Amino acid sequence: MAPLIEVRNLVYRYEDGAVALNGVNFRLDAGESVALLGANGSGKTTFVLHLNGLLGAEGGDDRGSVVVCGMPVSKRNLVAVRRKIGMVFQDSESQLFMPTVLEDVTFGPLNLGFAPVEAEERARAALDRVGMAGATGRAPYHLSAGEKKRVAIAGILAMDPEILVLDEPTTFLDPPGQRALADLLQDLPQAKILVTHDTSFARSICTRAVFFQQGTIQASGSIEDIVDRFEWDFTPARTNPGR
Amino acid sequence: MHRSDPRAKIVALLVFLVVLTTSRRDLLLIALGLGGYLCFTILWSRLPLIGALGRAAVVLPFSIAFALVCWMSGDPAKGVHLAAKSYLSALAVLLVVSTTPLPTLMRGLEALGAPRFLLMVGQFLYRYLFVISEEGQHMAKAAQSRGATAAGIVGQTARFRAAAGALAVLFARSYGRAAEIHRAMLARGFQGHFETATALRFRKADLGLAIGGSLAPVVLRVAVERWF
Repeated sequence: MAPLIEVRNLVYRYEDGAVALNGVNFRLDAGESVALLGANGSGKTTFVLHLNGLLGAEGGDDRGSVVVCGMPVSKRNLVAVRRKIGMVFQDSESQLFMPTVLEDVTFGPLNLGFAPVEAEERARAALDRVGMAGATGRAPYHLSAGEKKRVAIAGILAMDPEILVLDEPTTFLDPPGQRALADLLQDLPQAKILVTHDTSFARSICTRAVFFQQGTIQASGSIEDIVDRFEWDFTPARTNPGR
Repeated sequence: MHRSDPRAKIVALLVFLVVLTTSRRDLLLIALGLGGYLCFTILWSRLPLIGALGRAAVVLPFSIAFALVCWMSGDPAKGVHLAAKSYLSALAVLLVVSTTPLPTLMRGLEALGAPRFLLMVGQFLYRYLFVISEEGQHMAKAAQSRGATAAGIVGQTARFRAAAGALAVLFARSYGRAAEIHRAMLARGFQGHFETATALRFRKADLGLAIGGSLAPVVLRVAVERWF
């Protein structure tokens, strides 16, 4: 079966010449959920920005290839690729830019060429899906962090993508908010890529993890294996200053 | 007024501005008449009149500066005309902007043939003003939490320099935030054109508004110039 995403030998340099990605190979199959783990600056976010052509679609110094749902990510295919991949950014504040929740969620479907009535239907269905059907007329900046995240996800779901990419989805969320988000994501049928430091959250969603280090994927395997191998879990310090 | 098609309002606004800016004879009388017409429309649109008059005054510092230059160069009437024209123009634009959501207004301008690039710049400028304001508030909170006060900046060179540096950081942060927003828009299929959920519909009432709103200032000016 053809993979949803296939990345081969991806190389990316920043404008100052620093190497951000150095020969990344990656594959995502239908229905799979993969966590991208690794230190800050290891290339995780830079990598996912290549998946829908926010980086690298112009050509430039990039090498390697990114193929999404059988389409090479290039300037020519950007609209079609972005229809397939929905990206939820770390800071929902920056993702919600329209005056009301409904207008914001309608933004994507309208850009995809849906008629206004159909775009609104999709938006309402997506908001219902994430439990925010009652917030259509509210201003996004009046929502709580958890609500903003849900609306941001609704904005993506309204475009009906085949793949969801979530960059640090638990940032700003309290534990109940994280639980609610995990429940929501578990119910969504799309393949998922999670960029996260939160291994507990990743365990609840993902079946596989890859570990980024200095712009390359160092290892791929089950989350437990990756966490054990790279000691990538929070463990309290041996001495407790409270005692 | 709020539910009218933006194209009708834009046409009426353009005619108003042309009538106002090309008036020379009896300008003060015409300005009084046009001012009254705007006040009536503001009240009819159920907007707060005092608030609108106050907000339009934001242009006065600039126009009064130019008016003073005219005054000092021996042409005080020109200075008064300049101030009156700029104030009424601002009030008229404010009226249209207050009764039309920005995406709809932009759609109307686009339908009337305004350059798309110019409209994009306008839309981003509007959005990023809020970005700068939000970033400014965050930085102000951070500074206040570390003991900074507005009074502390005045009269102390080192602190003034620090505040000036913070202003540069504010713009750098706003730039970064704006780039994030733009990226989020691209990720959701933005192709340089803001779509609106409601299609523009030009009804009979809009035609009436366009004709009536355009004729009123013309008739007013003709009447003043002929009979006063």
